[in-house]
Amino acid sequence: MAGFDKVVASYEEAMIGLEDGMTVLAGGFGLCGIPENLIAEIKRKGTKGLTVVSNNCGVDGFGLGILLEDKQVRKMVSSYVGENALFEKQLLNGELEVELTPQGTLAEKMRAGGAGIPAFYTATGVGTPVAEGKETKEFNGREYLLEEAIVGDFAIVKGWKADRYGNVIYRHTAQNFNPLAATAGKITVVEVEEIVEIGELDPAHIHTPGIYVDRVVLGTFEKRIEKRTVKTAE
Amino acid sequence: MSLTREQMAQRVAQELQDGFYVNLGIGIPTLVANYVPNNMDVMLQSENGLLGMGEFPTEETIDADMINAGKQTVTTVKGASIFSSAESFAMIRGGHVDLTVLGAFEVDVNGNIASWMIPNKLIKGMGGAMDLVAGAENIIVTMTHASKDGESKLLSNCSLPLTGKGCIKKVLTDLAWLEIEDGAFVLKERAPGVSVEEIIEKTQGKLIVPDHVPEMAFA
Repeated sequence: MAGFDKVVASYEEAMIGLEDGMTVLAGGFGLCGIPENLIAEIKRKGTKGLTVVSNNCGVDGFGLGILLEDKQVRKMVSSYVGENALFEKQLLNGELEVELTPQGTLAEKMRAGGAGIPAFYTATGVGTPVAEGKETKEFNGREYLLEEAIVGDFAIVKGWKADRYGNVIYRHTAQNFNPLAATAGKITVVEVEEIVEIGELDPAHIHTPGIYVDRVVLGTFEKRIEKRTVKTAE
Repeated sequence: MSLTREQMAQRVAQELQDGFYVNLGIGIPTLVANYVPNNMDVMLQSENGLLGMGEFPTEETIDADMINAGKQTVTTVKGASIFSSAESFAMIRGGHVDLTVLGAFEVDVNGNIASWMIPNKLIKGMGGAMDLVAGAENIIVTMTHASKDGESKLLSNCSLPLTGKGCIKKVLTDLAWLEIEDGAFVLKERAPGVSVEEIIEKTQGKLIVPDHVPEMAFA
């Protein structure tokens, strides 16, 4: 491997260093833009006791839902969960812990984590169960909560195209949490649909600059649709 | 007669203005998009990271990478933009969205809203609702006035865990349009054929009834 070349040859290589008990940040919203093959690699490795930070936890049999099958996840930090029966079961019998976090706060926690901001104040959640145990402060007559940033041992990200230097662009709303997770991983791994040569991507259109990215791996994707809605004939 | 879901959406649509950026929640709020007046441009924000949400795709144009905050496959309108979830909530928290419409289980006279959690039932999470109610200046809550058992959902104090504190000023129920002012609901309009007495009976929180309460008008 030379210089800035981030491309690795296999998924196995992409996830080297992931160990039991680590924190993994995952991009994606619902099943859109999830790093589906990197999740499958974690399942294959059998890494356990993970804390996973992701807006959702996939569905039964797909996405992060598959990491529940062998009880690899100890704790989820998410804004909306429970689209899967297994999740509900493990939560109710105490095998799985969940920290529910408002969606915007979750996004900002990752953004802050990647940007070297240890905590920030937000009005979101004031006066709700989310505020329990958190410091508050008044600014301009309004109460705000102190929320701490999140960094991960690993960030797993789904991009559309990357060049060999790890500059990434995302496709449509598959962007969502991906660029935020990408900034906040000690090791950031991006799987993409296409790897292009240096200079092919317009520098002004890069969503995630390569400085945040440690490994790039090429994959093929199922891209399952969670709620298929189409226009009815008029 | 109490309002239908479609009539509720129609009444909310009367609050739209040309050039508004609007975030619509799941359920009745989503239907508001069907009643945007023809002479008006409104852009819909979807909190996963889309400004300028269009209609559902066809079988030919459906795309797994193009969804809204309800995880439904959608399209974009001309002039749309797509961005990260942090950018999306910067718009929301920063007060840049002109109108937010969302549902609730309960609201109270202090503008508190409960919409995400019923104790002892499975808690799925708040999603973006807490950010939306904390960030928006202009929020309309759409809900039924009372439960099927006749229990009021317009209370002196919310009984369920809150989604946001002191952030609601406008409520549309199937019976009435109300605004929250100085610790009370103020009855502004009633659904066609619904009596003021029925609204009083089904409102548990303090209710101010002006001398004249007009019926809602539908085009």
